[in-house]
Amino acid sequence: MSHINDTPITEALVAEHGLTPDEFQKVCEHMGRVPNYTELGVFSVMWSEHCSYKSSRKWLKKLPVSGPQVIQGPGENAGVIDIGDGDAAVFKMESHNHPSFIEPYQGAATGVGGIMRDVFTMGARPVANLNALRFGAPEHPKTRHLVAGVVSGIGGYGNCMGVPTVGGEINFDPSYNGNNLVNAMCVGVARTDKIFYAAATGIGSPVVYVGSKTGRDGIHGATMASAEFDDASEEKRPTVQVGDPFTEKLLLEACQELMASDAIIGIQDMGAAGLTSSSVEMADKGGVGIVLNLDKVPVRETHMTGYEMLLSESQERMLMVLKPGREPEAKAIFDRWGLDFAVIGELTDTGRMVVHHQGREIADMPLGPLADGAPEYDRPHVPTPKADDFNDAWLDGAPDTLSALKKLMGSSEVASRRWVYEQYDSMVMGDTVAGPSGDAALVRVHGTNKGLAMSTDVNPRYCFADPVEGGKQAVAEAYRNICAIGAKPLAITNCLNFGNPERPEIMGQFVGCLEGMGDAGKTLDFPIVSGNVSLYNETNGTGILPTPAIGGVGLIQDLDKAVGNSFTQDGQIIYLLGETNGHLGASLYQRDVLDNHQIVGPPRVDLAQEKAHGSFVRDAIDQGLIAAAHDLSDGGLLVALAEMSLGHGIGAQIEPDGDTGFWFGEDQARYLMSVAPEKADAFEALAKDLPLKRLGKTAGHTLTFGSSLSISVAELNEIYEGWFPALMSS
Amino acid sequence: MKATIHITLKNGVLDPQGKAIENALGSLGFGGVDEVRQGKLIEVRLDETDADKARATLTDMCEKLLANTVIENYDIHLSEA
Amino acid sequence: MQAAVIVFPGSNCDRDVAVCLEAATGQAPLMAWHGDANLPKCDLIVLPGGFSYGDYLRCGAMAANSPILREVVAQAHKGAAVLGICNGFQVLTECGLLPGVLMQNKGLNFVCRNTQLTIANNKTAFTSLYGAGEEITIPVAHNEGNYFADDDTLKQLQDEDRIALTYAKGDNPNGACLDIAGISDTSGRIVGMMPHPERRAEAALGGDDGKRMFTGVVEMLS
Repeated sequence: MSHINDTPITEALVAEHGLTPDEFQKVCEHMGRVPNYTELGVFSVMWSEHCSYKSSRKWLKKLPVSGPQVIQGPGENAGVIDIGDGDAAVFKMESHNHPSFIEPYQGAATGVGGIMRDVFTMGARPVANLNALRFGAPEHPKTRHLVAGVVSGIGGYGNCMGVPTVGGEINFDPSYNGNNLVNAMCVGVARTDKIFYAAATGIGSPVVYVGSKTGRDGIHGATMASAEFDDASEEKRPTVQVGDPFTEKLLLEACQELMASDAIIGIQDMGAAGLTSSSVEMADKGGVGIVLNLDKVPVRETHMTGYEMLLSESQERMLMVLKPGREPEAKAIFDRWGLDFAVIGELTDTGRMVVHHQGREIADMPLGPLADGAPEYDRPHVPTPKADDFNDAWLDGAPDTLSALKKLMGSSEVASRRWVYEQYDSMVMGDTVAGPSGDAALVRVHGTNKGLAMSTDVNPRYCFADPVEGGKQAVAEAYRNICAIGAKPLAITNCLNFGNPERPEIMGQFVGCLEGMGDAGKTLDFPIVSGNVSLYNETNGTGILPTPAIGGVGLIQDLDKAVGNSFTQDGQIIYLLGETNGHLGASLYQRDVLDNHQIVGPPRVDLAQEKAHGSFVRDAIDQGLIAAAHDLSDGGLLVALAEMSLGHGIGAQIEPDGDTGFWFGEDQARYLMSVAPEKADAFEALAKDLPLKRLGKTAGHTLTFGSSLSISVAELNEIYEGWFPALMSS
Repeated sequence: MKATIHITLKNGVLDPQGKAIENALGSLGFGGVDEVRQGKLIEVRLDETDADKARATLTDMCEKLLANTVIENYDIHLSEA
Repeated sequence: MQAAVIVFPGSNCDRDVAVCLEAATGQAPLMAWHGDANLPKCDLIVLPGGFSYGDYLRCGAMAANSPILREVVAQAHKGAAVLGICNGFQVLTECGLLPGVLMQNKGLNFVCRNTQLTIANNKTAFTSLYGAGEEITIPVAHNEGNYFADDDTLKQLQDEDRIALTYAKGDNPNGACLDIAGISDTSGRIVGMMPHPERRAEAALGGDDGKRMFTGVVEMLS
């Protein structure tokens, strides 16, 4: 039988591996010869868009990534920030879009599993999961199946791991019909002096494989994540990995136990591109070489080639470099948890990765070019043309204010997500202070009285109409959500989902969104410490709306001071902070009430105002002046008021009247707050000359507004709660 | 020997998954489906060559672990393989 | 008094329960590993929630056959108080300490939310600090919480006053027979319940209705 490496390397084979002829030429230069089949496979995954960020790197470099709170910025498994008292928050968001479209349950489940490994690889215990999901039009025939599978998969994995899923967001838009987005975020807590990194050092140190056995799962998942879909993709099922959260739970506990000792030099999760990418990254970051003996790799299938072992994306596996001689104590821990443990190689001083299998050297490659040698593309990009302004004539014949409110409360963007989040265990670990229904989720740092506030946000409608403002707005909204609960925003992770970067208009969206995001991060002292890029989210040439999802993390020092987003009692004064100009362009009102899909410019984001308003809200909460606070977003003022009424069934009487723009405009930097009457003077004094307006007071069980409009909170609730169950049972 | 064990819910025990499958078949246009019951199939390979002994061991396995006899029935099929 | 929490591979509420036990007893409970064949003599044993052995095959089935469970059963027969929460309740039914079985939720989905419960029997070891018929709020989080037993068993549970907790009318999250959320053995010392009292045992987390489950048993045993 001939060896796989005897296969001739043809142009077609190179193309099948997703390398362009130029890229292949570069590989040959780095190798000093034509690579063999195995080496070609390794290069192809390391140089895939997913692993190398070749289209996006140039632009990612421009993002703000530092600050006094940052312990580790982008480039490691996850970002790390200082949260005081020797504690650190470790977090990242990552996409699992393509696998979740092909097999929604497993795709979403393994996405959650992967992001948790990224976090616990760094020595942190995961304490919260969030997600950002986008599906096609609600009425599209595949949507319900995808929603059900993805939600169930996220729950299936996170629930079993015993990590609460505390927040997230879901949008529906026809642009996601063929490319749903599943972005999973995990936040962990570690001690600042016990953070673990990938870099492997020490010539002769053992390279250890732990976790599940290797099968043929997901071979070329990383290259699949970098390819456009066509209808035939639905046939690609075999490359989807299957998750085993039970094994990952054991892996988490075993790793935590070993991490309590000082036996580990470097550790890296085997995620996309499995053994290949983990070993390349560890050895390259440590500036050493690595030799692997694949005969030692625990496998669960027979006759696996070295190529398959190197590229397998079997889940729940980790690669570690241990201090020499510490193998027995490490092995004892993994044995106790019933997990595989195998020394599969060692570090060398060659700067090369050499792989042996069945008595044959099957690969010998220079590490530098594998890790960093992928070409960096400055892909042509055209700025998104300036969108038109909202045309007031579109309001002729528009529904009345009350009908519009009802329509929005039962719309796909606003309606309650209870059907979804009740399938997630949001309370396990016993530290969830505020779960999925708030502006931001709030999780206590175990054993302390401080809490981490977390939120995922982006408005793809805005990003599509104006990428720069949309990018800013995504960051600003995460900032607002965290401030509204009383926490100080500290840092963000992002998950940049776009279409095909080889199209200049898509690349233009990417560049624009990153510009806005960078501006916002800088001005708001809200640096980006980790992230992920998912390109080629296109089917048959139709791209998704640009969706740069933001995951924000903040800190509240005293949990007792945190506030919720629901009115707490009758007779409190309701204030609106921020300027209301009635901006209806790209609003939910335009899309869902007017059913108008013209591309119109979104509201502008004034970052200085965002900062000033956020800081005021935090101060007022810190001084105990506020009973409840809520940021204004989709649907504007009236929807936000209704949302504040729903939590505890407390209505409101709103005095000022206004036009459609007043009620439904989506001007930014705005918050609604309820304040006890005896605190109103102090509250107003603290606001000084900020644009603060009294709207009325909380009262009864009815929302009364305009000159004579009213609706009972019970009716609002029925509309709000009804949409999702109706969708899923239709 | 190879054993195939079918584990099914006892009659009268509600089977929500079976019910859901039944409804799905109906909505796909398959008429005339009276009832769907979902169960489990477990394959076990045994060193034992004596069928009676094998059956006794497998019965013990079912009683102790593989089935919950409060709600489930089991059915053991043995074959040479 | 000696309290222990049994830790199976896949348990994930073991720490949460330990926190409540420590608050109630003033000392950290013993964390007993599933593979241990010996368990020091305990006054109180808690089987925590989670996904023991991945919940593969059937929830709780493999845990019920683990070495430590023989010890738990032996000590239960000698009079130790035993509380099985969620997956722990499933283990108690699988090992035969409690009758019936927890089947998949009627709605086919995992459900995590607060439920309104009624204290149906305040004479068990764990419900003694609640009033008879008292309404409390405690969350559930499970995929298999649908309590099922044949009619004779259900009648027996009723006749012997062994239904400890029921879901309030209209708030049954899983389709359980007779709205059963928790039951006890004939002595009232062994209780299994689907809701998670350890998740609602302090005001900072939204309420402390669950706390008396732990303080009650500790008071009784001290």
